Amino acid sequence: MDKKLEPIIKALQKQFESSIEEFRDEVHVFVTPEQIVDALTLLRDKYEFELLSALTAVDYFPQQSPRFHIIYQLSSLAKNITVQLRVPVNGDQPKVPTVTRVYEVANWREREILDMFGVEFEGHPDPRRLLNPDDMDGHPLRKDFPLGYEEPQFTFNFDEIDVRKPYAKE
Amino acid sequence: MGVEQKLGDMGIMTAKLEDVVNWSRTNAMWPMLFGLACCAIEMMAAQASHYDMSRFGMELMRASPRQSDLMIVAGRVSRKMAPVLRRLYDQMPEPKWVIAMGDCAACGGVFNNYAIVQGVDEIVPVDVYVAGCPPRPEALIHGVLTLHEKVKGDKFKDLVKA
Repeated sequence: MDKKLEPIIKALQKQFESSIEEFRDEVHVFVTPEQIVDALTLLRDKYEFELLSALTAVDYFPQQSPRFHIIYQLSSLAKNITVQLRVPVNGDQPKVPTVTRVYEVANWREREILDMFGVEFEGHPDPRRLLNPDDMDGHPLRKDFPLGYEEPQFTFNFDEIDVRKPYAKE
Repeated sequence: MGVEQKLGDMGIMTAKLEDVVNWSRTNAMWPMLFGLACCAIEMMAAQASHYDMSRFGMELMRASPRQSDLMIVAGRVSRKMAPVLRRLYDQMPEPKWVIAMGDCAACGGVFNNYAIVQGVDEIVPVDVYVAGCPPRPEALIHGVLTLHEKVKGDKFKDLVKA
């Protein structure tokens, strides 16, 4: 762990009783959904993490429960260190408070997570889908989202699939 | 036995109206300036001086669907782009044709997933499919000439809508 990072991690552990994981010098700090706004505010104001460089999510279904991890990757340009905050969220009705009031850049990234994982961000100013069409069913980056969309047409099943294929009219 | 043989050389030529109309349609078929992915690069190359589609009266790419006859769907069409593409097609005046350029536009190509339309023929009627990933400019020009052959064979009675 980076020497500049150690006191910050200690302070986080003390205040939020969070567990940490280390992987190849990257530190992951686990916090709960209720703590995330306070944790980000503290890191931004006291420890100069002025940049939210990534806000993303991972679906660990079916290996882990809670299945989602919402990931906040913070950078400090002044100190040249990074830290990762992870918020584990349950699968049914996943909800996290929005952090758009701490980092404004989180707006579209939270919309992307809402779109791809179906995680709701409470208090988000504009909770619409970002990438997919508004009328789409389901959330494509969930592990239980069906993979294939169309069966490939080969010589032996060309006609069979062609009957079912939706062709456009004039 | 045409009228020119009876009357001598008067600079007159007789032909079927059908043939003249189809000939004029093929020789000034203006494509829409509309690229979706890497196929559009090959489409630009086909327009530019090396391949030079103006040999076939197709040098004008129109930026407005109201002025174009031919839609070259150059690239993969995402589900979000599909209504836009159909709208552009609907805005083009009759007569209009569609070339599905490349594997993605023809059948979804390598993108068999939730985001990409599996063949642009699901949303617009396609006249010519050009295979390739992306097709070389020669292939696109061959597709265009194939479309010209198709248009030259059009019969008026088939064009009348019931």
